[in-house]
Amino acid sequence: MTATVLDPASWNIQTSLAKLTALTMADELIAMAAERPEIVVMTADLATSNGLDEFQRALPHRFINTGIAEQNMMSIAAGLASTGMIPYVSTFASFASLLCAEQLRTDLAYTRMKVRILAHHAGISMGFYGTSHHAVEDIAVTRAMGHMTVVSAADGNAIRGLLRATVDLDGPVYIRIGRGAEKPVYAETPVFEHGKFVTLRAGTDATLIATGIGVKVALDAAGILAAEGVSVRVLDAVYLKPLDEAAILAAADQTAAILTVEEHNPHGGLGSAVGEVLALAGRAVRFGKQALPDDYALVAPPSQLYRHYGLTGEGVAQALKKVLAK
Amino acid sequence: MDNSVLPRNRPADVRVLQRRADWIRLETIRLVEIAKSGHYSSVFSCAEMFAALYYSVLRLKPTDPRWDDRDRFLLGKGHAAIGQYPVLADLGYFPADLLDTYTRLGSPLGDHPDMNKVPGIDFSSGSIGHNLSVGVGMALSAKMRGKDYLTWVMLGDGELAEGQVWEAAMAAAHYGLANLIGVVDANGMGLDGDTEAVMGVEPMADKFAAFGWAVDEIDGHDMDAVLAAFARAQAADRPQMIVARTRKGKGVSFMERDPSWHRGFLGPADKAAAMAEIEARLAR
Repeated sequence: MTATVLDPASWNIQTSLAKLTALTMADELIAMAAERPEIVVMTADLATSNGLDEFQRALPHRFINTGIAEQNMMSIAAGLASTGMIPYVSTFASFASLLCAEQLRTDLAYTRMKVRILAHHAGISMGFYGTSHHAVEDIAVTRAMGHMTVVSAADGNAIRGLLRATVDLDGPVYIRIGRGAEKPVYAETPVFEHGKFVTLRAGTDATLIATGIGVKVALDAAGILAAEGVSVRVLDAVYLKPLDEAAILAAADQTAAILTVEEHNPHGGLGSAVGEVLALAGRAVRFGKQALPDDYALVAPPSQLYRHYGLTGEGVAQALKKVLAK
Repeated sequence: MDNSVLPRNRPADVRVLQRRADWIRLETIRLVEIAKSGHYSSVFSCAEMFAALYYSVLRLKPTDPRWDDRDRFLLGKGHAAIGQYPVLADLGYFPADLLDTYTRLGSPLGDHPDMNKVPGIDFSSGSIGHNLSVGVGMALSAKMRGKDYLTWVMLGDGELAEGQVWEAAMAAAHYGLANLIGVVDANGMGLDGDTEAVMGVEPMADKFAAFGWAVDEIDGHDMDAVLAAFARAQAADRPQMIVARTRKGKGVSFMERDPSWHRGFLGPADKAAAMAEIEARLAR
């Protein structure tokens, strides 16, 4: 065997994957597949990006690579599901939600196929790869599909919890996942209740309703504001469809302001969904959305982008103070 | 075997199957009358193949439409479902009087087939170009689970302009799906005219061969040739594509090879003329 990487400063796909500890799909699915022979995993030439190559090594006969043909992969998954299998289909969230929007709707949602879409590298987590690889419209697109369940993972343990919570649901499930570098929110694998937000921090003055990477950011913001004497409730909007209307209305009734936090276009995402619930219920409450602009993100490493667009503890704390001052 | 199962390759008289094809044409005319709009000619080109598949070739169980061991039939050109519904009713998948509700408010029977509403429809279709991929999934599942059912997918020649068809063709060969059979109803026309003028897809047989498929080319209105090709396809060691050369609007002389009849409605005089021509053949 020839040594290829000797310099500790070098890295390659395999060595970098080892650092992405929040990409927990592979070993969770290996464990689930042991009990469920109907589970198969699919990818479109991205197994060494999302870590599912580990599943391929463990269960090669239950792993299907379609090559770079995402639409074909979705429709093949539909055919597999029609025979009783449960395909977990993985690709970048941008391709899953936009390139494959029609296959998701017509072949999976309309037909109610039990296919689970592992839409990873969601939001702007691909940083300087640019707009083709950013998914900032996917919540809007998938929530508008009948029979589609839409969930969003804040960290690696949340991915595990969501995989377990949704395995038996009828119809397709869109699972929004980051790039695997998310800082921990859940110390252990949470047990999610269908359609319910998770209260991660109690608070009485204002509420942050966050999803995906927004959850950790919201917790950081709540910590900053606590030091200033503001008591902030933090809800993880882990289910985006169905939406936890009761938790939203309780926040409106019990706290003076609501700010949503998401890595998404301001239209059609979590903020739009929460605002719709409030308006339809006739609740008057100070309300704001911390989302990305209605534009295409700049090129930069993800951490710089999150700072630039205010998706940091400090950025969200400032935004919430403005909402409270309305 | 379970006596409610219709076994594969049931012996059938060629003449009876030919008459079935004309009956499918008559039923299509009858149902279009309800909707006041329909795809006559898209059914007329594949009527012989519908008859061969449903009344001889496919292994079916009408009393249990989701029976796992049934052969699958997917209609990529979903707008021809109007010719499939009367056959499914005739085989007992649903009561024949349901046909009278075709396209009316709340009917399970729409222009395109819905697997969750119509017993006997193996997968929904309508968006051209998806169903060969769905068929790859079904065939792959059979291979992974050790099932011996066959998956048949009928495509239009116009459908071959969709790129996803070729993604599916590549995948079927890559996965070695000898249990997948495609049929192109090559009627030579789409909505806007000759397929070759709108977007040339020939030589389609060579293209599928280059993608790793076994390819057969037949006259899709010659029942003997259809049955022989459908039998050969079941023995192929690779995915099999049957390019069936057909005529759009076949069986009604004033509709044949006229793309304007891709979708339309026959007024009383034209309907009578069309039916008279078909009924004259049936009376022979």
